[in-house]
Parts: sequence; C-alpha cells; structure tokens
Amino acid sequence: MTDLIQLLIGGLSIGILYSIVAIGFVLLWQTSQTINFAQGEFVMVPMFVMVGLHIVLKLPFWLSFLLTILASSLMGYLFEKLMIKRLLAGGVIVIVIATLGLSAFLRYGMQITWTPLTLFFPHIFSTEPIKIRNVVFSSEDIWNIVIISIIILLLHLFIKRTKLGKAMQAVAQSRETATLMGINVMQIITLVFVLNSILTGIGAIFVAPVFFVRYDVGVQLGLKAFIAAVIGGFNQIRGALAGGITVGLVETLAAAYISTAYRDAFTMILLLLILLIKPEGIAGIREEAY
Amino acid sequence: MKGWKGWLPWGVVIVLLCIVPWFLKAYTLFILSFSLVNIILAIGLNITLGYAGQISLCHAAFMGIGAYTTGIMVTHGWSFWLSLPLAGLIACFFGTIIGFPAIKWKDHYLALVTIGFNIVGYLVMQQEKWLTGGPHGISNISRPSIGPLKLASAVSYYYLLLFFVILAILSSVWIIKSKWGRAFMAIRLNELAAKSHGVCSHHYKLLAFAIGAFYAGIGGSLFAPLLKYINPESFTFFASFEYLIMVVIGGMGRIEGPIIGALIITMGPEILRVAEAFYLIIYSLILILIMLFLRKGLVVVVDRLREWIPVLRLTKR
Repeated sequence: MTDLIQLLIGGLSIGILYSIVAIGFVLLWQTSQTINFAQGEFVMVPMFVMVGLHIVLKLPFWLSFLLTILASSLMGYLFEKLMIKRLLAGGVIVIVIATLGLSAFLRYGMQITWTPLTLFFPHIFSTEPIKIRNVVFSSEDIWNIVIISIIILLLHLFIKRTKLGKAMQAVAQSRETATLMGINVMQIITLVFVLNSILTGIGAIFVAPVFFVRYDVGVQLGLKAFIAAVIGGFNQIRGALAGGITVGLVETLAAAYISTAYRDAFTMILLLLILLIKPEGIAGIREEAY
Repeated sequence: MKGWKGWLPWGVVIVLLCIVPWFLKAYTLFILSFSLVNIILAIGLNITLGYAGQISLCHAAFMGIGAYTTGIMVTHGWSFWLSLPLAGLIACFFGTIIGFPAIKWKDHYLALVTIGFNIVGYLVMQQEKWLTGGPHGISNISRPSIGPLKLASAVSYYYLLLFFVILAILSSVWIIKSKWGRAFMAIRLNELAAKSHGVCSHHYKLLAFAIGAFYAGIGGSLFAPLLKYINPESFTFFASFEYLIMVVIGGMGRIEGPIIGALIITMGPEILRVAEAFYLIIYSLILILIMLFLRKGLVVVVDRLREWIPVLRLTKR
C-alpha cells in the first residue's frame, strides 16, 4: 500500500509535466491545425537557455527564469511568423514535415553548438524526502504538482474569462465565423503560438531537474505529450491535463508492477484502447472548443 | 505517352543504372542498392499517402515485418523465393488491420495510431528474443540464387533489386491507372463526393493501407539479404518519418515523386557528409526550405527542367 501511494505521487508528478507540454499541442491544433512535432524541442531549447543564464552566467534564479520565458516566447513568435504562417495553406502533412525538420535542426544544432553531453540542473525545490507514516516522497514532486496545477488553472481562467481567451475559442470553433465577428484570426494564431512557447518555457524549468538537460530530451517528451493529448482529448485543456496524468500514472505503475521492458507498450495499448472506445479522448467533447 | 518515345528517358535512366555499378566503390554501391530498396518502400507509401491521402507513420514497421519474415525463414533453411511473397502478404495482413482505424479517424489521430503501431512493433522485435533475436537481431542471412545463378555478389544483388524496382514502378502505374487508383484519388480529394458516387471509402482505405504495406513487406524482404544482417534499429518510427519525408519531398501523388525522394533522402546525407558534423543541420534546414518554397515536392523542379530541355519533354507529366 505504501508502495502504491509513493508510485501514485511519482506518476502524478511526471504526468503533470507531460500535461503542461500537451496543453500546447491542444492549443496549436485547435487554432491552426498544426501538429507540432518540434514541441519537445520547444522544451529543450529553454532548458539550455536556463542553464546558460543561471549556471554559466550565474544570474540570479528569478532573472534567468524571466529571461528564459522571454526567449522562449520570442522563439514561438518567430516560429509562427517565419514558418507556420507560410505553411498553413499547405495542409497537415506539409506542416508535419516542416516541424520534423525544425525538430532535427534544433536538436542537432544544440548538439553541435553546445554539447552532446548531459548537463545537470540544480533542483529548484528541496528534494528532502517527506515522511508521512510509512509513505516517503520527495517534496519536489509535491511542488511540481501544486505549481503546475496553478499555472494550468490560470490558463483555464484566461481562456474562459478574458476577451482574448474567448476570441481564441471562437477561432478554434470556426475561423470563418470568427473573422466575420471582427476577430483578427492571424493575430490570435500568433498569440496562441506565443502562449504555447511560454507554457513549454515554464515546463522546461520544471522538467530540467527531473529529465536532465540533454539535446535529445525533447524526443521522448514531445512524443509522450502528444500521446497524452490524444488520450485525454485533443479539444480540451482539461483533456490534455487528464491525458498527461494518465500517461504518467500508467507508465509508472506498469513499470513497477508489470514489465519495465514493455513500459512504453502499455501507454500505446492504452492509446489504442482509447481510440477504439472513446476516440474523442477521456475528457474530450465532440465538436466543441476548449 | 507519345508512343515508344515517351519511354525513352526512362529507358536511358535504366540503362545508366545498369552500367553504373561496375564503376562504383563497394560502399557507394551499397548506398545505391539501399536507395533502390527505399524506392520500393516509398512507392508503396505514395499509394497510401499520396494517392489515397491516408497518413501512415508505421511504414518502417511493415518493412520490419517483411525483413524479419525473410530473415527468420532464410536462416532456418527455407528458400528466399518462398519468403518473398510471404513477407509481402504478412505485411499486407498487418496493413489491413492498421487500415481499420483509418476508416474512422483522420490527421493527427491516424498519425498517432500508426506511430503507436510502429512503437509496439519495434518493442516486439526488440524483446521477443526467441523469434527475432532481440536487440542483436538476425545475422548470416544469405543472398538468394536463381537456379544455378548465385546472387551472392553485391553487383548481382544490385541487379535483382533493380529488377524489382522496375516491377514496383510498373505495378504502381498499373494500380493507379486502374479503377482502384481512381477511387483512391477520389477519396483523397473529397471523401463525401466519392461516397455519393458509389465509391465504398471503407474498402478502399483498407485497400490503400494493404497495398502500401505489401510494397513495404517486399522492400523489407529484399532489404534483409542486402545487409545480410537485420536488427530492430532499422525499423523505428524515425525510419517511418524518413519514408514520409521521401514521399513528400519527392512529390506526393506523382509516379516520379517517391523515386526522386528516395534517391535524394538516401544519398543526400552521404553527399552532405563532407560537411562533417554539420551535415544533419544542413539536411534538416534543406527539408524546412523545401517545405517553405517547394510545397509540391521536387517533381516540380523536374517539371521545370522538362520545359527547358526538349528531350525530357517527351515524358508524360
């Protein structure tokens, strides 16, 4: 029983990291029908920026954090302006190939210009184990879960309550109708790309101490987040949240109780089952935005 | 085609391909042989993706199924010629199964289901040691012979591959010009309209996957004796991305597309190796640029050349 609780907390804390990356997938797909295969690299690059600022240049944590988010959102902005804007007319497959290319470009670019080695990143929160009765878990896990939950909640409020958020929902439902209602669709799409890279930038700070900083960390992370988005539901923020947590839990529990070698296979089997039984995802809703 | 003249440029290319192996170093010949295998695979994917419009990101898994079928059978003393059609059929069987999700889902769902299948397939190849030899794979896969004629040397095996490439091109032209091909294109362009004209889109989507997988199985089966050694690393979902890239870079829905794409994507990195450490960066940058400025693929360049050079004008667009 104590094992189970420990595993649940561990799985939850991994899962919520997948969630914050997965939410970006959902936002991009909803507003611009972009499947971003470079999503993992959008986490990897801010990680390296953070290492550069905080560890190499020895800037204080809060300053390097802010600059990282700034750099990350600039990256998202350029991504939309230079690539996606031109590719939107070409359809899904063209965007898939281009983002695959971008993913390789960023990955190997980082490997060549910086380092092929794994860099360590200091833990933001104390990893001091907390002990309640027999259950031992690291306080880092709890902090990750709490802070990312708050960020996701804020994002949810932004989309539901503010005018910009509502414009995003409108674009997601129908680009034509949104244009007729006087919404500048291209501006909203740019906003969503910046929002996505802010999320991945924040995600990077939390992912870095857990997954370590390496040029190819984005591959697994991006794929897991993508799977999480589909399992949870591609049209809901809470879908991405539920999906990420499910993937994290299934992975951790399957590895502990069933088979380490087939850990990834269980996620895939879950994915196939979800697609067969409830293709709109665990928390997804058919034909409705966000 | 304008009579026999339409085939002339193709004939010139084939004659060139027949002469060229005698002048190549062993490694270059291997790369050329490998790109021939990739042409067969890309032609298959072009039918699924380019003509029928169904995203398939598990082409490498189908190839793996073919390669392992041949690898296992040949090392257990069966004839290669028996394993070749069987490899195609087994891959075709799995292709049909993967086709079922395509009836219901599109775009990112289909992309994901197929990636999922590729990952599960890879894990099976890696873990089921009794069948596949695990991460070490299968070695000592001998090359076949036709009667008394042994195809053990690299050059003779190259000719066998060339024969199958020509067969693959001709058969794909035949499929595309048939009723099936027209149905595929109708589904890609407008599924609803196709249905209302009596095209059963369910059957044809399954068929598109089955045909694509069949080519992949045959390609895999030919791949195994080429290397004489196979392991799961050749059949990851990254390899599936490569095949997707070949088809799109070459030009989806065109006969020449996958041929150009397979040649460029297989040989390009080898040529770029002069850039040493930077070659992957340059490679991915070129990929992005082609998508930005040549969305229809490199066949567009060939079309342009055709307008400038009169001899090439003979081939059909």
